[in-house]
Amino acid sequence: MRTHVFAVLLMSSFPSFSQNCDFTLTGIITDLHDGSVLEGATLIVAGSERDVVTDFEGKFIITNLCNDIYSIQVSHPYCLTKGFRVRVTGDTFKSFKLEHHLEELNEITIDGKITNKQSKTLQESNIVQEELERFSSKTLGDALNSLSGVSSLNTGNTVVKPMINGLHSSRVVIINNGARMEDQEWGAEHAPNIDINAVNRLTLVKGAGALQYSGDAMGGVIIVESSKATIKDSLYGKTLVAANSNGKGSLVTSNLTKSYESGWFANFQGSLKRSGDSETPDYVLSNTGENQHNLSVKVGLNRFDYGMNFYYSLFKNEIGILRASHLGSTQDLFRAIQSDLPLVTEDFTYDLSAPKQNVSHQLARLVVFKRVGHGKLSLQYDYQRNDRLEFDIRRGSDKGKASLDLQLQTHRVLLDFDSNLSNNVGLKTGIMGSYQKNYAANTGVRRLIPDYKKYDFGIYAVSDYQLNSNWLFEVGARYDFTHMDVYKFYRTSFWELRNYDVNFPNVVIEELVNQVLTRPQFNYRNTSATFGATYDFGEDYKLFFNYSLASRTPNPSELFSEGLHHSAARVEYGDLGFNSEVGHKLTVTLERINENFSFSINPFINTISDFILIEPVGINNSIRGTFPVWEYRQTNAHFLGIDFNASYVFSDHMSFNNRSSLVKGYDRFRDKPLINMPPVNTMNEIVYYNSKLKNLRLAVQSEYIFRQNKYPDTNFEIYIPQTETIELVDVSTPPDAYHLFNFNSSIDFDFSEKSKLSLGFGISNLFNISYRNYLNRLRFYADDLGRNFLLNIKYNY
Amino acid sequence: MKKLNLLATILFTTLLYVSCSKDDDPSSLPDPVNEEEVITTLTATLVPAGQGTTIILKSQDLDGDGPNAPVVTVSGNLSAGVSYNGTIELLNEMENPPEPITEEVEEEDLDHQFFYTVGSGLDATTSYENYDSAGNPLGTEFTLVAGTASSGGLTFTLRHEPKKPNEGIDDAGGETDIEVTFNLTIE
Repeated sequence: MRTHVFAVLLMSSFPSFSQNCDFTLTGIITDLHDGSVLEGATLIVAGSERDVVTDFEGKFIITNLCNDIYSIQVSHPYCLTKGFRVRVTGDTFKSFKLEHHLEELNEITIDGKITNKQSKTLQESNIVQEELERFSSKTLGDALNSLSGVSSLNTGNTVVKPMINGLHSSRVVIINNGARMEDQEWGAEHAPNIDINAVNRLTLVKGAGALQYSGDAMGGVIIVESSKATIKDSLYGKTLVAANSNGKGSLVTSNLTKSYESGWFANFQGSLKRSGDSETPDYVLSNTGENQHNLSVKVGLNRFDYGMNFYYSLFKNEIGILRASHLGSTQDLFRAIQSDLPLVTEDFTYDLSAPKQNVSHQLARLVVFKRVGHGKLSLQYDYQRNDRLEFDIRRGSDKGKASLDLQLQTHRVLLDFDSNLSNNVGLKTGIMGSYQKNYAANTGVRRLIPDYKKYDFGIYAVSDYQLNSNWLFEVGARYDFTHMDVYKFYRTSFWELRNYDVNFPNVVIEELVNQVLTRPQFNYRNTSATFGATYDFGEDYKLFFNYSLASRTPNPSELFSEGLHHSAARVEYGDLGFNSEVGHKLTVTLERINENFSFSINPFINTISDFILIEPVGINNSIRGTFPVWEYRQTNAHFLGIDFNASYVFSDHMSFNNRSSLVKGYDRFRDKPLINMPPVNTMNEIVYYNSKLKNLRLAVQSEYIFRQNKYPDTNFEIYIPQTETIELVDVSTPPDAYHLFNFNSSIDFDFSEKSKLSLGFGISNLFNISYRNYLNRLRFYADDLGRNFLLNIKYNY
Repeated sequence: MKKLNLLATILFTTLLYVSCSKDDDPSSLPDPVNEEEVITTLTATLVPAGQGTTIILKSQDLDGDGPNAPVVTVSGNLSAGVSYNGTIELLNEMENPPEPITEEVEEEDLDHQFFYTVGSGLDATTSYENYDSAGNPLGTEFTLVAGTASSGGLTFTLRHEPKKPNEGIDDAGGETDIEVTFNLTIE
């Protein structure tokens, strides 16, 4: 290959005229992917036999050149050799970029800092494949939970929704293989529709600074990537089989990649997962099983100056929701809270019955890219379809019929240009247009989310400037326009109670007996921006500073909720009058990366005006008894916190890790704490690792979750006619602190040069402790999971 | 490059076709949802065993779980010492014509049970008059015996999927489908 390139270069170079030939060509050679300088790259000037090698800063000098066009061949041990044509006019500066991919496959498993940073002035955290495999029988949310500053809002143990610095749902943007996930993320009981076994790498950006993706990520952005193919003729894959004791679950996942030197590749991945009812130390959590079927295909061409990539994934998940959490009224809620045991416990089963969710998510994405000058132009189209069925316990002919049947379709087109304007100025810019349509079928239960169409348009530019080897600055701005066109039935009683008949008289298009059909049409214009700087101390230390302005359009559930959310047995009310949230987040990170002692300390302050939250406000009387009313409202919120990470290497084999985070959230209007803020938590881990002993790894982990002492009192009183008493329904007191221990181990066996078998064994909740988690929505009804033994076998080939 | 362009075009067209062709007519309005399982109205008819006036207890909540509270009416006072034959009728008046729900409850008799709670102050006793297929109480029919002159509440509770048999509402569990209290006077 290399000689081939050279031959072409030789043929295309022409003898130069005799002229003034004492100019120099200086320059720098960097990695195309992450911009890191390439030391030891060789440059050969075609036709002259002269060669120079880059120094440790990636720089080179070629002297005695004429004003002419030269062909230069650049090679590096880890890159494909590449030819460039350079016009020399006087002393010339030129930077070259090489594609650093020959060793890419290996690097991913070593550490994987080869992709572009999403934001250069916000610290990023990553979870790479090896770590992800320990979570193969869990969820994406569980894996993210292992990063400091990330917690999760759970509904049982199968619906795990990531929460970043106290923010979740629509405030956390998930980018799945380049496409922004549109999977009805607004609901607190909707987990991301992503198969963790299709993920090769997870990147977390805690803030809205990654403007190329969105301007509304108040909490942060999670970037999910599947594995990249190597550019050589190869066929490789892996199969992983896992089993766990709690829930008697099993999983099989397989991944196969075929790649060619020409740049073409194809990847197939699939997984099957099944588990039955989970258990606490004392009882079975009835109806908490799960069935998952996932599949993904990726086909593409990856060349230096152009390429394409097609990705399709199907995620199908059926999740049982704890039977004891399905309630009829406030009186039932009171009984559930009073009782130490769940109101319904049955024998273990794999069968799922109502209440349950049945979700399928399909994503298709096509991207084509071409290198233009010093930049890369890419055009992307993605289509997503999310089908969500929620089953409640129903009566009569509706038994077995879904209560909620939503179909959300999104089409999006993106045009991005990522370039280096000069050696030290980078620019990312792009435009985005999307169309989204929600269709809610008639299930005999009032629609929780109405039919709507949403049009989005966005434009952004982010630029970074490397002042010198210490300072890097980044600045960016984004503008988004959203138009919503909604068809929504309101109950006449609610429409009038809220004064909507006075404030929104023009949206009514039809009046029925006790309902009105309305067509609200809203426009939102949002601006977001980021400014940041990074100071590199040169030795180990790095300081990141970032300010981000984020704006978020209210989501359909915040605007249009009106009525009983059956599975939650609560009445939820949104508000048509909501405007966009606007957040200002300031973060500073001090990072030390060293062989022995590394740490990062990251304080932040986030002020969000018109912050939308939902909390209990009272009760509503009906013939079924009373229901708690949860109402969305806007306030000014204030978040303060600090995330901390440290790792210390004692010896060749022993290391210690700590990860802690603290966040406090306040409601500035009411001057009280915000509901559902993650309690302070700290994780300590001791790891033994020996590369000479078949990569044996043993880890013991302690997780301490403090009690949340800052919470708003949203308790209310109800009258119980059967006992003729007035009782307090305690829905706000957080559960006690708890301390969990986990054990994890793995070992590798090499079969041949190309195949490897890895065995993993772990125990979570080692001491089988009974506990309840403040951020688990089912904490009123039952304890969390007891001890769980996990076993996995992975075969790489 | 040609190959790439061709492939891109094909994929694009396919995607656009697949995604657009299934679109419903954009001008069509969503149809209204008339809630099917909502019980808006409970009527308990108390017919005296001998002579006397029939008493009607009614709770009507026409907006279901909407913000309006149910309207509760009692047609008159009970007579002391009289035994009444009670029947319960459930309706969903959100549908037109109103959908009778009592039959559904009686068909799924194993999954339902009414409980009657006599409040302190009211001197009355209740007993079940109909049973499910397993011989456990269902309670859409009952007897109420009015004692001496007094007044107080009578609560009807319908539980879905209660434990059956049970020793009363305290250990029955299940979910509450109906809970209505009528203030009665015996004279």
